[in-house]
Amino acid sequence: MHEWSLAQAVVYSAIKYQKNNKLKKITEINLKIGELQQIDRDIFKFSLKQISRLKKITAKIKIKTEKAILKCRICQHQWSFSKILKKLNKNEAEYIHFIPEIAHTYLRCPKCKSPDFKIIKGRGVWIDSIK
Amino acid sequence: MDPRPNIINQRLKNIKTIIAVSGGKGGIGKSSIASVLALNLAKNGLKTGLLDLDFCGPSTHTILGINNLFPKEDKGIIPPEFEGLKFMSIIYYTGKKPALLRGEDISNIILELLTITQWGDLDFLVIDMPPGIGDAALDILKLVKKTKFLIVATPSKTTMETVNKNIKMLKELKAPILGIIENYQSHQFLKTKTESKISGVPILGKINFDKKFESAIGNTDKLLKTDFSRDLLKIIQKAILRHKNTA
Repeated sequence: MHEWSLAQAVVYSAIKYQKNNKLKKITEINLKIGELQQIDRDIFKFSLKQISRLKKITAKIKIKTEKAILKCRICQHQWSFSKILKKLNKNEAEYIHFIPEIAHTYLRCPKCKSPDFKIIKGRGVWIDSIK
Repeated sequence: MDPRPNIINQRLKNIKTIIAVSGGKGGIGKSSIASVLALNLAKNGLKTGLLDLDFCGPSTHTILGINNLFPKEDKGIIPPEFEGLKFMSIIYYTGKKPALLRGEDISNIILELLTITQWGDLDFLVIDMPPGIGDAALDILKLVKKTKFLIVATPSKTTMETVNKNIKMLKELKAPILGIIENYQSHQFLKTKTESKISGVPILGKINFDKKFESAIGNTDKLLKTDFSRDLLKIIQKAILRHKNTA
């Protein structure tokens, strides 16, 4: 469950935000989790809850999943990760789960087969807003 | 907001000294020095980690002969131990396949590795840097403020020009520089006075060209018995361990 380490980064960011903005309390954290990282939502939510409690953060945490879109730098073709995920074997999918950029090792543009593509969106954990 | 930079200090807080082995060019022995440096530190009873940040050409696993290891997951990624050394590399995830990465991908991988890797308590973390002052060096300077740079140079005119540029850049960025190790010294090159060409950065020592080093690659017992390792150990004892004691 390496989701814990990412959840910890979120809670520490909220604490830093609170301190930097001299806020009495954080009430809401809005997160995006990119599909490419294939985060286990339940483990991530559980980790966020546990770490928040430890750090005395009582904010409501809202999580949205963002579709991962990849774009070929050579032929400009754009495709979604969810459509090609089933073509990866279990290990390859897991390696991308640990480090999303490992996609460049196992994925190719479906149209021109180039490995030179850009992760347009839906990479990993992102804080949209903190209130 | 990217949450990852905000946890990195916490991840590295129990590491006493972080050394980035850097140099201007490829093929000047950075990875060999980083690997054998980390191995010697671990063999001297110091808690040591080795992080290979040369994503496009990782080689420390080959030098040390690391095979069939994979990190465990426990509130992050736990680097596997090899010969008393905690080892982390992209190689666990890419295997023998190449990783075609652009600058932003390299920065993202560095951020991710620093966020999820649980090193625990270490006396030393040795980082094998890719050649030059590129994305990796700039990211390490930005994200890991306590990093000290160990510069590898060879007594060749082509290397020295780049090494000088690197040192100027590191100084401008106010990066702490431990000093320079001259690698591949041989009688042929002894007349090249590196010292006179680099101002203000100490030469920590010289590693003589060791013909037998290549045949020791992949075997830690053999590596430790090479002249390369003996020369490096002298430098470690004189410059790095003394530095640690006075830090």
